[in-house]
Amino acid sequence: MIGLFKVKEKQKEEAKNNNARGASAKKQSAGELRLHKDITELNLPKSCSISFPNGKNDLMNFEVTIKPDDGYYLGGKFVFTFQVSPVYPHEAPKVKCKTKVYHPNIDLEGNVCLNILREDWKPVLNINTVIYGLFHLFTEPNHEDPLNHDAAAVLRDNPKQFEANVKRAMYGGFVGQTSFPRCI
Amino acid sequence: MDAPQSKSRDLDKLLLRSGNLVGPGFFPGTDLRDDIREYVRVLVVGAGGLGCELLKDLALSGFRNLDVIDMDRIEVTNLNRQFLFRLEDVGKPKAEVAAKRVMERVNGVEIKPHFSRIEDKELDFYNDFNIIALGLDSIEARRYINGVACGFLEYDEDDTPRSETIKPMVDGGTEGFKGHARVIVPGVTPCFECTIWLFPPQVKFPLCTLAETPRNAAHCIEYAHLIKWHEVHGGKSFDPDEPEHMKWVYDEAIKRAELFGIPGVTYSLTQGVVKNIIPAIASTNAIISAACALETLKIVSGCSKTLANYLTYNGGEGLHTKVTEFERDKECLVCGPGILIELDTSITLQKFIDMLEEHPKLLLSKASVKHGKDSLYMQAPPVLEEMHRPNQSKPLYDLMGRVEKDTVHVFGTALKNEEKQSSLTKLRVVFKEVDGVADMDTATLRVNSKRKTPL
Repeated sequence: MIGLFKVKEKQKEEAKNNNARGASAKKQSAGELRLHKDITELNLPKSCSISFPNGKNDLMNFEVTIKPDDGYYLGGKFVFTFQVSPVYPHEAPKVKCKTKVYHPNIDLEGNVCLNILREDWKPVLNINTVIYGLFHLFTEPNHEDPLNHDAAAVLRDNPKQFEANVKRAMYGGFVGQTSFPRCI
Repeated sequence: MDAPQSKSRDLDKLLLRSGNLVGPGFFPGTDLRDDIREYVRVLVVGAGGLGCELLKDLALSGFRNLDVIDMDRIEVTNLNRQFLFRLEDVGKPKAEVAAKRVMERVNGVEIKPHFSRIEDKELDFYNDFNIIALGLDSIEARRYINGVACGFLEYDEDDTPRSETIKPMVDGGTEGFKGHARVIVPGVTPCFECTIWLFPPQVKFPLCTLAETPRNAAHCIEYAHLIKWHEVHGGKSFDPDEPEHMKWVYDEAIKRAELFGIPGVTYSLTQGVVKNIIPAIASTNAIISAACALETLKIVSGCSKTLANYLTYNGGEGLHTKVTEFERDKECLVCGPGILIELDTSITLQKFIDMLEEHPKLLLSKASVKHGKDSLYMQAPPVLEEMHRPNQSKPLYDLMGRVEKDTVHVFGTALKNEEKQSSLTKLRVVFKEVDGVADMDTATLRVNSKRKTPL
């Protein structure tokens, strides 16, 4: 119950003194706190690195660079942008691939098909798990959940051809009608 | 002939006489009724389905000083339930029209409208109110207001909340035939953050399903909305309030549905899926707002026991309501007391971080420190550690903006039950002797220094 007597007295006093209250409350969000914690606890493999283009005061937007050390994409360098929403961890971070890549699970617009980014996201997951998930896409591309229909078909039917296509794309060549920028 | 009935006849029954459910310190009488009218200020957040009802209910319940804030303008689809608006009001700001209409119908009530986003108001604005009633439609907005209200909460040395810093909130929400009303008293009941983990995750379809194997109308719509839009429109961002954008998505969804032989894509379903809308029902809004307005009256006057603390309502098949008493999370980062730490103004950030390792309640090693929106120090990753390193030698008092006391959050590795665990804790930092010794020292220095200029 609000002490109405106190409310009255306080308002009368403030009107008399015109004094400022010591409301030192700063705007902060619990989502940002959880994100900061996740970032300090990152345990990335050597092949992954993180950078903050907006400096230390905007940790909600950052970039992760992945250099696969194994598999079809060995030697390539792929950059992902992360956008964390204010309701993190209630919502998954929005991740897009900045590097144009020939991959069954990443389309030419940069959309990434990774279950934990959408239907399997849980608040108990964190940035580390997302980055590991992305890393996994390069070491084990999956033709069963394709965003790039053609790449998936080639991987399934002709892995040797797939390997060649990946290499050609990474070195900056054409695969079919699409050209890829060099990323190796 | 009967004497004419007082306008506040029903209110008088609650406020002018005692009863067996009244709160402690309840003093029935006309003073109480008049004090509510004259001194109590209530903020209604949102002037939509719940907000309209709330304004009406509060104005008719004896409150005279109301404010309402809403960033939206009136749309035709609002008119089936947001009864303060008429066809000729479409396009005008909701807050302004709502305030005007209620003031026209209720004698003596003053309602100040604010056509703005809740984030654009200063914190002092929110502190002016005695109680905040929420008629919001998103988790994000509720989280924000909860953060603001709980930010005013201060604790004593013995970790009890200081009653004059408590800012109660009454929060209502509706969705079709379902709704909830809850009472949030920071420091006493669970706050919004304490129970945020109870929300189920939003329904999100796998991108590959949308791209390759759609099975229902919603898949077709989301394909057009999330994938096809960017393919065709490049960098232009999709605006759900722009009718042309929505029509484009609808047309593309129809094409996709025809390609896969999927029935059911309609324009209204498109709007629903894209904007996450569930059709709203006037009666649900009325019921929930009534509960919220009643709780507001009870909290302010003590005229009866308040809801403790979460009411759910389901009118889908019959009528079902239940009240559950949720518990506070003692470690809540937003409303919890945290741990009280008293410091000298001279202590450096580095020394503070070292101190946390020895503190008996913390035993926190490799601590990173955050003060409100400012990140003071981060132990990792290396690129961030380097950006923060210059702060280590600065006094914490300066880094915190030279305030006498404030909240700080620290995270690192703590030893709990002989096990190393990752930990995120709230600290109440209080600086000792803020206006005392420091000035005296400077004064002494001045007196003892050699004169530089001749007499």
